Amino acid sequence: MQTTSDEVLISRIAGGDRLAMQVLYARHHVRVYRFVLRLVRNEATAEDLISEVFLDIWRQAGKFEGRSAASTWMLSIARFKALSALRRRPEEELDDETAEQIEDHADDPETALAKKDKSSALRQCLAKLSADHREIIDLVYYHEKSVEEVAEIVGIPEATVKTRMFYARKKLSELLKEQGIDRGWP
Amino acid sequence: MNAMKQEAPERQEIEELLPWHAAGTLSRRDAQRVEEALARDPELARRYALVRDELGETIHLNETLGAPSARALEKLFAQIDAEPARSQVSLNLGSRISEFFASLTPRTLALASGAAVLAILVQAGFIAGVMLNDSKPGGYQTASAPTTAPDTGTFALIRFASQASADDVTKFLEANKLSIANGPTAGGLYKVRVAVTGIPKAELARIVKKLQEDKVVDFIATTD
Repeated sequence: MQTTSDEVLISRIAGGDRLAMQVLYARHHVRVYRFVLRLVRNEATAEDLISEVFLDIWRQAGKFEGRSAASTWMLSIARFKALSALRRRPEEELDDETAEQIEDHADDPETALAKKDKSSALRQCLAKLSADHREIIDLVYYHEKSVEEVAEIVGIPEATVKTRMFYARKKLSELLKEQGIDRGWP
Repeated sequence: MNAMKQEAPERQEIEELLPWHAAGTLSRRDAQRVEEALARDPELARRYALVRDELGETIHLNETLGAPSARALEKLFAQIDAEPARSQVSLNLGSRISEFFASLTPRTLALASGAAVLAILVQAGFIAGVMLNDSKPGGYQTASAPTTAPDTGTFALIRFASQASADDVTKFLEANKLSIANGPTAGGLYKVRVAVTGIPKAELARIVKKLQEDKVVDFIATTD
């Protein structure tokens, strides 16, 4: 069975097709939401932003030229929205939420019991990474974006994408080491 | 020692590609380079195992993040409803044709090209038939026999299904009183005359919808 491609859906959306919008939303909203949530670290804000992201997709569909994958274009819009929201939020609120998230993970009974469990520790450390490092790790590992696509979404050169990913992973190793797990790298 | 110094930048370069190799987003060429390096460098292979752990846990972490509630969708469509109306028919024919071609697989396109060649032969057959009829001595024709100017009438753009035979196409055209006015274009599209006079748009839409249901038709759209 052949499914309608994202590009075709977007061209239909440009023509005002609400059903195409529903299909595109159903196909991508969870991943876009998770990408935004990892950046803003607040579920209510992320949920509000999802509506804004897809409203922008509705409005800008006519400008989509198909030079990159539709998901790459959507993540670029999502990133812009998330960063704009972060800029609007007071610094204190950010710090509180960051701390809250880390604490949440640390307080999880399962996590506490499995403190020496490497997988659990790795997830804790992934949550503790800086926004830039979280973003690049998510784009590469979870959103399966190539070097070129990450460069387009984040707006940095491809060489910087590779080095940023390298340093994100290096920071991950350092955080693990602080928890007593030495990966022997770098 | 020198060999190590020479190898280090290459290992560094390969090591930077490991996350994308694990995610399967490298080009075939780069993936091959990484595979070869992993096969000959046990330390690199050990580091690759770390990357795979990170990949697995990143997916795990993201999958535990849940999903937005239905409120987000409701809010979105409330906002869309509040937007200025956009006509669904604003997509011009070119866009619709582009959309159609975009949805085709290379194999389908290849088959469609074959169908286009077939359709040319059918058209040639029609022309030859008309010429032979015209040249028949004693052929009866009234002085007021209707002649149709090439640009008059109501038309549709059509492409025949790749599996349709010449016989199928001929029967289809005859059964529906269609004639080929122009074509094929590069995409194998024909301009067919649906009626010799102008007909209301609603009527044309009804005819096109009916024609679309025929297995001989791969694509059909109205045109001026």
